[in-house]
Amino acid sequence: MLRFVLRRTAATLVLLAGVVLMTFALARLLPGDPARLIAGARADAEAVAAVRERLGLDDPVITQFTAYAGNVLQGDFGRSVVTRRPISEDILTFFPATLELVLVAGLISLLLGVILGTLAAVKSGRPADAGVRSVAVLGLSVPDFWIALVFQLIFFATLGLVPFGGRLGTGIAAPDFVTGFMTVDSLIAGRFDLFTDALHHMILPVAVLAIPSMAITIRVVRTSLLEVLSQDFIRTARSKGISPARVYFKHALGNALLPIVTIFGLNTGLLISGAVFIELIFNWPGLGRYTANAISASDYNAIMAITLVVSVAYTLINFLVDLSYSFLDPRVDLT
Amino acid sequence: MSAETSLPPSRARLSITLGRIVRPVARFAGSSGQAVLAVAIVTLVVVISLLAFGACVMDTHITALDPLKMNIRARLEPPSAEHWMGTDKIGRDMLARVVAGSWISLSVSFAVLAVAAVIGTSFGLIAGYAGGLADEILMRVTDLFLAFPALILAAAIAASFGGGMVSTTIALAAVFWPWYARLIRSRILSLKEQEFIAATRCMGASHLRLIFSDLLPMVWPLVIVQATTDVGFVILAASGLSFLGLGAQPPTPEWGAMIFDSLTHQPASWWLAVFPGGAIAFVAIGFNLLGDSLRDHLDPSLGASEAGI
Repeated sequence: MLRFVLRRTAATLVLLAGVVLMTFALARLLPGDPARLIAGARADAEAVAAVRERLGLDDPVITQFTAYAGNVLQGDFGRSVVTRRPISEDILTFFPATLELVLVAGLISLLLGVILGTLAAVKSGRPADAGVRSVAVLGLSVPDFWIALVFQLIFFATLGLVPFGGRLGTGIAAPDFVTGFMTVDSLIAGRFDLFTDALHHMILPVAVLAIPSMAITIRVVRTSLLEVLSQDFIRTARSKGISPARVYFKHALGNALLPIVTIFGLNTGLLISGAVFIELIFNWPGLGRYTANAISASDYNAIMAITLVVSVAYTLINFLVDLSYSFLDPRVDLT
Repeated sequence: MSAETSLPPSRARLSITLGRIVRPVARFAGSSGQAVLAVAIVTLVVVISLLAFGACVMDTHITALDPLKMNIRARLEPPSAEHWMGTDKIGRDMLARVVAGSWISLSVSFAVLAVAAVIGTSFGLIAGYAGGLADEILMRVTDLFLAFPALILAAAIAASFGGGMVSTTIALAAVFWPWYARLIRSRILSLKEQEFIAATRCMGASHLRLIFSDLLPMVWPLVIVQATTDVGFVILAASGLSFLGLGAQPPTPEWGAMIFDSLTHQPASWWLAVFPGGAIAFVAIGFNLLGDSLRDHLDPSLGASEAGI
């Protein structure tokens, strides 16, 4: 077990160093001269040279990289062109709103994915299976930003069931910042009206965000369950007279757990990507909308900072998933 | 006397060759309801996009087919007999734009997958065949590309290259190739151990011969199946990048860009978003179903769809 953990830790550290190197390389690929960009179009050659000197752009690439890595380790990503604030502060401000959305959507997609995937595997080849598989194909094929717009048309513009966007109704003051989760903060403040309003605003974004990862979970659960269900020990369990529910949920699902946990880790990447579109359309003040705005304003510092931070988080989540293997299945250690 | 024997030799050979291509396709298309649906959708989409490409190359100026023809007096008109999908904010016909967009989406995704498949297959072949240090290094590079959430990496790369269709192609190829590398490597690892490879090696076959005439023919069907499924995902991702302003630039009739343009006219002018998005979904569904049925057809042991849909 210890060897497995140590090996995975070393591999993850190498990967993280690679991620930093890659964002550095991408930032250097940027079109145009960064010194000219900062000095302004009308600056003379001397002013540009001064900026170049100050930023260390004339230094060898190795020196530039160590300076970059040093800044990154201290959480210094420079300033955003859009908000004119340090990017690290921006990320901390906008992150909780996205986390709230991604957490809820992630849990819902996992729950629905496991239930529907199990149903499809148990009823393999029957109409229920075909129905669930159609849902999965649709969920993977229909662009989420389009579903968001169509849901807005139906549920907001036509039926008036849900608000257009945002986290709270217009003109309603947010509760004091404690966790950054609107639902939790409103409960802490003892404002139940705010809590229901916040929930009301979450329904559509969460529903749309959950669809692609739910579709993938359905597929993985169905395929891995079908594989387990065809094995001998399942037949033995059945012939011992164990109830079907116990066979499916304890024996079968327990042995299909590794692929399900793996896909949960990979789905976080899908959810983070989805949040960029969903937050833009539902005007959700999170990291996703911040990213979309940074892209349309060509705010390269912010784009690279978010790429780095999000990818480090994603790598760490998948590292935890890897570690969980050895708890879920002791046989993993042998490899 | 049968028709084939009476043909001159060259035409007979042609008809045999054609039969080799057509017969398996026909057998596949008839294999399940899902396959029929998939082949129908994909054929329709490919034909439409070729027509759109033709109209674009021939520069026909048929008003009904011109995606760039403006008409300020007919702006933001809802769907009607004259404009089946309505018109946009400067009076361009939406049907013409959606049809023209099919060529853009399909050609971008084919370019992306060609690049991704060639790079990924080469990586996988070399890593799996050579093993040892080369394998270790190539696979760490592959892991690095998978350490980023796909769309975030694609957006960062596309932004670094300054946006546009070429940037989109590079960015998406960078996101898709690692999957091919992993797929091919794992297949090569198991193939390498088989007896026919050892036998060929004993006969004195060179590494190049082993790779190109023994291993490559065994793995390329996998690549084709994977690429077929991926067409849908690439089209989704490409339209997503355009939606964020990183892909096609105006006035190019790209589906994602069209949906982004529609945002300021929502929800009043619903047709501006509904039709381009519907087109993306339609194409993606077609290729996803095609990939799934191909997989089932070539490898029934996976047992994914005996029933079809």
